[in-house]
Amino acid sequence: MIVAERKPIDEILGMVQDAERILVLGCRGCVTVCSAGGEREVEILASLIRLGMKKQGKQVEIIEGSLVRQCDKEYIDGIDQWQGRYDIIISTACGVGVNFIANLRPTDRVYPALNTSFLGGSPEQGVWTEQCAGCGNCVLHLTGGLCPVARCAKSLMNGPCGGSVNGKCEINPQVECVWQSIHDRLGRLDNQEMMNDIMPIRDWSTAGHGGPRKTLRDDLTI
Amino acid sequence: MSFTPDIQAFCCHYTSQQTVAEGREGLKNDGLPDSVTLNRLVCTGKLQVSALLKAFEDGADGVYVAGCPADECHNMKGSKRAAKRVQAVKRALKELGVEPERVEMYHLPRGFHMEFVEAAQEMDKRIKDLGPCPLKGENK
Ligand code: SF4
Ligand code: SF4
Repeated sequence: MIVAERKPIDEILGMVQDAERILVLGCRGCVTVCSAGGEREVEILASLIRLGMKKQGKQVEIIEGSLVRQCDKEYIDGIDQWQGRYDIIISTACGVGVNFIANLRPTDRVYPALNTSFLGGSPEQGVWTEQCAGCGNCVLHLTGGLCPVARCAKSLMNGPCGGSVNGKCEINPQVECVWQSIHDRLGRLDNQEMMNDIMPIRDWSTAGHGGPRKTLRDDLTI
Repeated sequence: MSFTPDIQAFCCHYTSQQTVAEGREGLKNDGLPDSVTLNRLVCTGKLQVSALLKAFEDGADGVYVAGCPADECHNMKGSKRAAKRVQAVKRALKELGVEPERVEMYHLPRGFHMEFVEAAQEMDKRIKDLGPCPLKGENK
């Protein structure tokens, strides 16, 4: 899922300073699962904005809404139901949602309530960790299923750097060295000889270094 | 200037059995301050962050939660969950530039105990010392 977390309330209050009517708009996709921007968080954020503005002696009217997703055109059209009732939208979706509203509603003012952080998973309740960087050219079949692009601090492709110590990364002793993990896992799978294959110099154009990416599926377009 | 705070207490069924048995008058005789309004819940684990914030929106100067002892909650982890949510509200108050002490978690023994009244008295004193909650916007 896409993992995000709420911006500091001060930053959000700065965005809404001149607004009298605010649509706080949640998303029922990834940000609901990572407890950053679903219906529950919309309720909390709306409350915090009202309290923060009231402290400054200002009254605001807040509509609390949410969409199935904010990354699909058909759902963005759902904002029409609040047409004329808000001055600005505070979106609690990931950055994709905010971009989509900005793309599709040219005269709506929309601001992000979240910092979109990474693609990750939840190893235990309340914890999320980065697992994939969306590089567009997956190598997990060569690395025992563990990603060196997202999980090695230097995105090294051919084994660990010289700083790996006792399975930990040199940037921080709390962080696993994913190359140690790849080595250990390939060993357990009796595939350690894969470590000897040298990966060629990579073409990073699929990773966004060639500009914004687009996927087109001809079989699905109408 | 005399100030009678509005303190909202959220108590679980078990820590607040006293309130049912003694009634408001009985509790008052035990020393429960007038500033405290008791809200009974089946379990404090049911309390959401938004409900605690709503109490501040409705004009509370202080809010506290009384749940079972952390490791002896009738519903296993209810009061531990509540304590986490109180922590989240403390962080939110701090972010808003308001004293985090305005919200508190108490783990109290179940049944009839003076601690139930003492918690209310402690909050009453604390909030009187802090004065009216700035979130009411009355200082502007
Ligand atoms: S190699 Fe690329 S696509 Fe595969 S998990 Fe890593 S970042 Fe994601
Ligand atoms: S110690 Fe391991 S994870 Fe850290 S930068 Fe070096 S190879 Fe990558």
